Amino acid sequence: MRKKFPIWRVVDLGIKSLLLHKMRSMLTMLGIIFGVCSVIAMLAIGEGASHEAQESIKKLGSSNVILRSLKPPEDNKASGSGRSFATEYGLTYGDASRIQHTMEGIEQVVPMRIMRESVRFGQSAAPAQVIGTHPIYSEISNLEIVSGRFLSPTDEQHFNNVCVLSLSLAQKLFPYENPLSEEVRVGADYYKVVGLIREQSTADKRPQSGAMEGQPLDNAMFIPLSTARARFGDTLIRRSAGSFEAEKVQLHQITIKFKDVSQVEEGVPQIENLLSKFHKKKDFEMVVPLQLLRQAEQTKRMFNIVLGSIAAISLLVGGIGIMNIMLATVTERTREIGIRRALGARKNDIISQFLIESTVLSVGGGLIGVALGIVIPIVVSYLTDLTTIITPTALILAFTISGGIGVIFGLYPASRAAALDPIVALRRD
Amino acid sequence: MFMDFREPIIKVVQLRKTYIMGDVRVEVLKGVDLAIAPGSYVVIMGPSGSGKSTLLNQLGCLDRPTSGRYFLGGEDVSAMDDDQLSEVRGKKLGFIFQSYNLIEQLTVVENIHVPLFYQGRDLDLCYDHCVELASKVGLADRLDHRPKQLSGGQQQRVAIARSLVNDPLLILADEPTGNLDSKTGVEVLNLLDQLNAGGKTIVLVTHGEEVAERAHRVIHMKDGIIDREIVQRPLRERQNPALVKAA
Repeated sequence: MRKKFPIWRVVDLGIKSLLLHKMRSMLTMLGIIFGVCSVIAMLAIGEGASHEAQESIKKLGSSNVILRSLKPPEDNKASGSGRSFATEYGLTYGDASRIQHTMEGIEQVVPMRIMRESVRFGQSAAPAQVIGTHPIYSEISNLEIVSGRFLSPTDEQHFNNVCVLSLSLAQKLFPYENPLSEEVRVGADYYKVVGLIREQSTADKRPQSGAMEGQPLDNAMFIPLSTARARFGDTLIRRSAGSFEAEKVQLHQITIKFKDVSQVEEGVPQIENLLSKFHKKKDFEMVVPLQLLRQAEQTKRMFNIVLGSIAAISLLVGGIGIMNIMLATVTERTREIGIRRALGARKNDIISQFLIESTVLSVGGGLIGVALGIVIPIVVSYLTDLTTIITPTALILAFTISGGIGVIFGLYPASRAAALDPIVALRRD
Repeated sequence: MFMDFREPIIKVVQLRKTYIMGDVRVEVLKGVDLAIAPGSYVVIMGPSGSGKSTLLNQLGCLDRPTSGRYFLGGEDVSAMDDDQLSEVRGKKLGFIFQSYNLIEQLTVVENIHVPLFYQGRDLDLCYDHCVELASKVGLADRLDHRPKQLSGGQQQRVAIARSLVNDPLLILADEPTGNLDSKTGVEVLNLLDQLNAGGKTIVLVTHGEEVAERAHRVIHMKDGIIDREIVQRPLRERQNPALVKAA
């Protein structure tokens, strides 16, 4: 067995041969460059888009199920004739306690009442969502407490007139003062500010889907649920352009937190079952973040398959380009092959020489493609507000595939080169 | 005056080569017997189609015989497989072609190095050897030139240096002066004379009578067999009898 010559010598030789035709080598590489760069860029953009959707879904909590009161569509027609009495719909306190007491595997049930009111402090007023809820709300929705505290069970028990303001609301009402321990007014009642929280999901971060709207944390003011019921009652009156509409809604939202994510799927039909006995009309909706997450993942998978196949086709085209050029090169360099064979090159030496050349082309193209593929998503993120995420997997994948393409599409030309008879090859001009 | 007591470097027994082109069988070599002693300078001549190039290809292990045996340095080459033939070409033979056959993307030194490359000997390790050979053929100042930057005579001298780099048993030359003008042709032939005087065995195919003058033996081929053979004193010994003893 002969000593094998060092691989870098063969690579060096390959590069020399490619440099002999710089233009041609460059054009051949272009196919791979665009292929690799489009794989990486597309995957980065796809990954970024789905990551954004998933993040906002995850904020809802994947072990949570959110029930929301929904005005049944039939009542809209009836409202003209039945203006005098309030339409009654939605989730009730009864629903909340039934879920809490009859279902298994539930950690928390958090009811919420949401009222649009004007909040005042001194001369300043701001429209806000007054949210009556339980103290545990802060846990299930991962609120960040900036200063002070959130509502406490004691507040709940004693119907305390205390409130927690979201930062944006606090900034409107208290541009200069420290809001803590000040009192804000809603309607005729005063509430003492005990804490400030930061909104987590601002409007632009919210997903597009209509079902996802209404995690109402902009300009929010949290008060104990018991206080809310005592001060505001169950009937909401909405005045608009001379007429008014009244509706009786006990709870606007019930957030159910399961002990474990695995119980969610089982629990959803149970909840539906339980509630349907008490709601003749479909006056609530159920949002299951886990299902949304699954859907988002499904969409992402589809997206990746589509993008991946587009990219794969462009890589394939690049590979065929390489094969084409290598075949032309073999024909053109028949004489060189003959010379090398005469001087002691074995068939395998010729194969490896041509294989190395095609691999150098595709790996070179791959490297440039990876570089471009990293730059393009950055530029895209910069020019648009799309999030892009370049995963290491995409880089490795694209690079490996491009290298593989060099070998696969180089194999046929290389074996054709080696199969040439030395004297036939030598005689060719 | 020329004794073949030594084991011949080349021994060819009833070598035949038949090409099949479509339905036509062309017998190019019709049973050639030949023995060549080490250190000799043999010229093969003959009209085109006589089979002289085919014989040279057979001797150069570039092609296999249809039948017959070929022993090179005592080894039966006719029984070898493709890889073994490559190894024989790389280790035991040096080729000089009519059209030089240098590799255009390589420099002079790299071209000289090619046969060693395929034996796994790195250029870094045998660079000095390659440079020495380049100097021997008078190209010490052209080491990093590429073939296209050289004249025909210079290119052929690179090819000669390349044919020597693996210290071959035998140098095979196919019309080495065919593409050169007479002046550079003479320079190349003088170089071959020097090599033969230094002990190298040379087999050369040519049309030129003046080339044949330089050989120990002139073999005339005709219709695929050896027609006649002339044994002579090479030109250089006739001009300078003092060289006879040295040879």
